[in-house]
Amino acid sequence: MALSVDDVAQLARLARIELTPDECAALAPELEVILDSVAQVSGVAGEDVAPTSHPVPITNVFRTDEVRPSLSLEAALAGAPAVEQDRFRVPQILGEDA
Amino acid sequence: MSEPVLDYDQVLANFDPVLGLEVHVELNTASKMFCGCATGFGAEPNTQVCPVCLGLPGSLPVVNQTAVESAMRIGLALNCSIAAYSRFARKNYFYPDQPKNYQISQYDEPIAYDGYADVDVDGEVFRVEIERAHMEEDTGKSLHVGGATGRIHGASHSLLDYNRAGVPLIEIVTKPIVGAGEKAPQIARAYVAMLRDLLRALGVSDVRMEQGSLRCDANVSLMPKGSTTFGTRTETKNVNSLRSVERAIRYEMTRHAAVLTSGGSIVQETRHWHEDTGITTSGRSKEEAEDYRYFPEPDLAPVTPAAAWVEQLRATLPEPPAEKRKRLQAEWGYSDPEMRDVISVGAVEVIEETIAAGCGAQAARKWWLGELGRRASEQGVDLAEVGMTPAQVAQLQGLVEAKLVNDKLARQVIDGVLAGEGEPKEVVDARGLAVVSDDGALTAAVDEAIAANPEVAEKIRGGKVQAAGALIGQVMKAMRGQADAGRVREIILERLS
Repeated sequence: MALSVDDVAQLARLARIELTPDECAALAPELEVILDSVAQVSGVAGEDVAPTSHPVPITNVFRTDEVRPSLSLEAALAGAPAVEQDRFRVPQILGEDA
Repeated sequence: MSEPVLDYDQVLANFDPVLGLEVHVELNTASKMFCGCATGFGAEPNTQVCPVCLGLPGSLPVVNQTAVESAMRIGLALNCSIAAYSRFARKNYFYPDQPKNYQISQYDEPIAYDGYADVDVDGEVFRVEIERAHMEEDTGKSLHVGGATGRIHGASHSLLDYNRAGVPLIEIVTKPIVGAGEKAPQIARAYVAMLRDLLRALGVSDVRMEQGSLRCDANVSLMPKGSTTFGTRTETKNVNSLRSVERAIRYEMTRHAAVLTSGGSIVQETRHWHEDTGITTSGRSKEEAEDYRYFPEPDLAPVTPAAAWVEQLRATLPEPPAEKRKRLQAEWGYSDPEMRDVISVGAVEVIEETIAAGCGAQAARKWWLGELGRRASEQGVDLAEVGMTPAQVAQLQGLVEAKLVNDKLARQVIDGVLAGEGEPKEVVDARGLAVVSDDGALTAAVDEAIAANPEVAEKIRGGKVQAAGALIGQVMKAMRGQADAGRVREIILERLS
């Protein structure tokens, strides 16, 4: 599986990780080794084997529609980087209108 | 800001519109989609949140069974197939409205797919094909601070309330709607209205567009007449009323046409609808294809509804709106044109409730299509939001039939009810609107009118009964409209016989 330097740069952008061109170039072959290792599974699994998304073969796990206590406001906001008007305060959001 | 647009007739002469509608419905479950937090609208910020909907490490989601059942019932009501195997997926994106940095949604295995719904526009039935209905969770609400009036531009920072994050949401997506021609905007509106009625009948959502529990995104593109290749589309968001659905689509059609006929090309992008100015403005560009890197949600087990469960849910479906309309038309004795008008202004439900509250079918139609219809369109709201309930309309009609108020006074009663002065009876009392039924007072007024108009009185004595109209007018004026014109006429004829 070929992973280009551009692919790495694109993934870094999507993941909001700042990488220099040198770092992208260094990571591309490293990530490729990982992908190649994982890709070996495809060689073993026949067409009759569906890709696994869940390790345990169970379905239909539900809860009844009942309200449970929420966190207190203090507890909810305890991990917030900053708080204003009982809300989570985050830096200016760029690149999209709302 | 405003862009050139082409005259609507010219748009239709040269292009065929293609629409795609995505409707998001917030379910009215007591608790959220994946946790037990309450879902009530309007709670204090961040008081309906827990580790799951805040995306705190180590928390695990569990699916709300009622939400899944509602999703399946919606799918069934839209004539969809229910997937025997359906999975949740993570939609990855960085935006603070989802604290997890992903939204749990469904991707290639939605719970319901391949359905249709028939909508009625001016008595013509148009079939809208449904691509899918899938389950997901709503996002938190952002408040942008430091810019002008909550806009993101110029904002210094944003404040997040996660009460809405994790509220169950069903997204209903149509297949491309082609062949609608000039009626495309009306069909879109009728489709959303139909969904609203259907969802309300199913009892799965509050369907309050103004509170955001029913939201519509409209995809619009144009293709040159005769072509079958779709043009580039735009997706208009922030369309929060039925009227806006129609207006926004019509606007986008005229804007696209102006760009295309001047040799330009449409940019695939998100547009924002502005209710006040009636235009859309450019939002985020989609030039760079969105890459959400969907993958199956490992924390949630697949949903594999057994056939028996599906059939059990199918049995709970309400009467389909189209069949219900036929039944009601027969019950109410409306002619085809009458029923068509009732449907086109969205008055079926309010009339049904008014009749249930004891009003006659024709009287109910008269109020809702006449006086109240006029006021609703003046205010730019739907009939159900005009400010007078079906029960109040029935009560008003009762007052008219008891001859306590006449039609003219009834309009003043409506003014009072809309002004929040209470029930129709209370308005009549408080404003002193009841007609004068005291024959003594009426007779005195009649005698006065006769004395003032001896020639007219003479004509009536001579058998020219139609001349009574002039006297009736005078008496009504003297009584400030608070008299039953029929009774006044009787008294005049008695006095002059």
